[in-house]
Amino acid sequence: MKLNLTKVVNGCRLGKIKNLGKTGDCTMDIPGCLLYTKTGSAPHLTHHTLHKIHGVPAMAQLTLSSLAEHHEVLAEYKEGVGKFIGMPESLLYCSLHDPVSPCPAGYVTNKWLVRFIGLRVGLPKDEVKSVSVWGVGGRVEITASKFMAMQQALQPDWFQCLADGEATCDEATSMKRARKSVDRSLLFLDNCLKLQEESEVLQKSMIIGVIEGGDVLEERLRSARETAKRPVGGFLLDGLQGNPATLETRLHLLSSVTAELPEDKPRLVIG
Amino acid sequence: MAAAASPTSLESAPRIMRLVAECSRSRARAGELRLPHGPVATPVFMPVGTQATMKGITTEQLDALGCRICLGNTYHLGLRPGPELIQKAHGLHGFMNWPHNLLTDSGGFQMVSLVSLSEVTEEGVSFRSPYDGEETLLSPEKSVEIQNALGSDIIMQLDDVVSSTVTGPRVKEAMCRSVRWLDRCIAAHRQPDKQNLFAIIQGGLDADLRATCLEEMTKRDVPGFAIGGLSGGESKSQFWRMVALSTSRLPKDKPRYLMGVGYATDLVVCVALGCDMFDCVFPTRTALKKKQYAKDFRPIDPECTCPTCQKHSRAFLHTLLHSDNTAALHHLTVHNIAYQLRLMSAVRASIVEKRFPDFVRDFMGTMYGDPTLCPAWATEALASVGITLG
Repeated sequence: MKLNLTKVVNGCRLGKIKNLGKTGDCTMDIPGCLLYTKTGSAPHLTHHTLHKIHGVPAMAQLTLSSLAEHHEVLAEYKEGVGKFIGMPESLLYCSLHDPVSPCPAGYVTNKWLVRFIGLRVGLPKDEVKSVSVWGVGGRVEITASKFMAMQQALQPDWFQCLADGEATCDEATSMKRARKSVDRSLLFLDNCLKLQEESEVLQKSMIIGVIEGGDVLEERLRSARETAKRPVGGFLLDGLQGNPATLETRLHLLSSVTAELPEDKPRLVIG
Repeated sequence: MAAAASPTSLESAPRIMRLVAECSRSRARAGELRLPHGPVATPVFMPVGTQATMKGITTEQLDALGCRICLGNTYHLGLRPGPELIQKAHGLHGFMNWPHNLLTDSGGFQMVSLVSLSEVTEEGVSFRSPYDGEETLLSPEKSVEIQNALGSDIIMQLDDVVSSTVTGPRVKEAMCRSVRWLDRCIAAHRQPDKQNLFAIIQGGLDADLRATCLEEMTKRDVPGFAIGGLSGGESKSQFWRMVALSTSRLPKDKPRYLMGVGYATDLVVCVALGCDMFDCVFPTRTALKKKQYAKDFRPIDPECTCPTCQKHSRAFLHTLLHSDNTAALHHLTVHNIAYQLRLMSAVRASIVEKRFPDFVRDFMGTMYGDPTLCPAWATEALASVGITLG
C-alpha cells in the first residue's frame, strides 16, 4: 500500500492510496468514503442493483458486529468474506461496530453489572479482556484471540483492531476511564499484532490502529503517539462521532491528534 | 360499443391471440399474444411490476430476465393521486419506465382487501379514506377511466369479488352484477383499439353459477377472458374443477388468464387445463431460513442463470435472511421470478415440440421425487385431460 498526497490545503489532504488489495492493483481516492453494508450487503440493494449506481466506493465497510455470529460458517467456507457476500472484487474494511448503532442501550450498565459480580466473587477489578459487539442475535463477547480467529475467517483487506471504545459512549469521560481505554486498546493492539505474525492467511491484511482517549486531550495524544509506534497500516480516530453538542471539542481533538500521525498512512473516522 | 354483442359481431372481434401449437392429449396450448407493446409468448407468467418496496425489483431487472408483460397496480397509482398525474408522466409505461406490455387490474380487489371501510353497491365499490375521510366511488366507468389514463395494454373489468369461501345468495348476486359491470366497462372504454379489455368469469365454486357466467360473458365482444374468484381459501379439489369448467366453455381463440395462480405445480396443471396467462404475488416466508442451509455453499439452483444464483450461495442468503437487511428478499424475488419465467418457457417449448405430457411427468417427478407422489388433486386434474402420472 502506498499513500501519495498530491495537495494539502489548510490541513486537508488530497491524494490517492495505491497498491491496495490482495493483488495489489487497486486504487482509492482520498478523501473518500466507504460503502456501508449490513451483514455484507448494501441495505435493500442486491449486488446487481448496486452496480447500476455510478460511483460506488472502491472499498466497502463490513461490520464485525453483523458477522461475528456467523464466524463458524465463514471459517468452514474458508474462501473469505468477500467471496461469500458476492463482492470478491471489492476492497474490504472490517470495523468493529456498526456506525449507525455503535452503542446500544445498556452497554455501560452491563459493564457495571459484570464488575459488580466480579467484585463479589473476588475476580480482579480490571478483568476486561474482551470487547462486546451487538449483532442481530444479541451480544457477542470477543477476546483478542477470538477476534483474530474471526479475521482469519473473514480475510479483509483492512480491519479495525479490537479496541476499548466505551469511553466515548459515556456522556462525560473521566480521566481514569479515558486512560483505561487507551491502555486497553494498546494491549489489544500488541496482542493482535503478535497473533497476526503467526497467521499466514492474514499476512496480506492490514491492521488499523485505534486512537482512543475520550475527550481528554492528554490521553488522545498519548494514544496517537503510542499507536503510531506500532506497525499498523492506518489509524481509526474513534469516538468523534455522535453528540453534536460536543462536536467543536471533538474537532479540536481531531486536529491535535492527526498532527501526531505519520503522513503516509490513512486516517479513518466513523459515521 | 354495444352493451351486448350479437353472435355475428363476434366474428369481427379482434383476435389478439395466435395459436402456435396444441397438445393432442390435454388442453394445453402454446400461442402468441399480439399486444401494442410487442408480442408475448404463451403460456406466460406475469410478475407484478412493483411488489411493494420490501420485495420489489426494478423494471430493468425484469427486462433482463426476459419478461415482456407485467402487472401494474391500479389502486396505488390510479386512485392516489389520480389519472391526471399519470397521464402527465406519459402513462404508466412512462411512469415505470417499462417498454414492454402492462396489464392493470380494476383496482377493486385491492380496494376491498386493503380498505376496511368499503362497501359494494350496484353503483360500484365505495369507500371512505381512513386518512382524510373522503368518500370515493370506484364504479365500472371510473375504473375504466383510470385504466385508460394509465394506458396499459390489457385492462380488467371491475368485477364484484367475493371470496371463494363465501356461499349463499351473495355469490349469485356478485356473479350477475359482474356481468352488468362488464357491460358498463365495455360501454365506457374509450380506447378499444389500444387497450384490450378482459372480462372476468365469476360464480365462485358453484358449477351452475359459473356456467351461467360463462354463457353470458362469452356473448360479449371482448378480446380475452380471466378466470376469477379462485386462488382464495378454497380446496384444491374444487379449485381445479372450476378452472376446467371455465376453460371448457371459453372460446379457443381468445386468451385465458387465471388470476392469482402462480406456484409451480399449479401453473403446470392449469396449463394442462387450458390456461394461457398467470400472475402471483409471492409471500416472504422461505425455506432458506432453516438451519440446514447455514453452511450450504451451493446456489439455490445450479442451473439458474439469474443474478442471485450466479453470485450467491444458500449460506449467504440464509445469513442475510437472519439480518435486518431487506436485500435478502430482493435476491429471492429475482430468483423466484427467473424461475417462474424459465418454467413457462420450458412448458411452452414442450407443447410446441409435442411432448407436453412427458414434460409434466418429468416435472412432477422432480418436484415430488416420483410422479406418483404428486398431490391427489393434481393427479386427478391431469387425468381429467388425459395425462396420467406414473
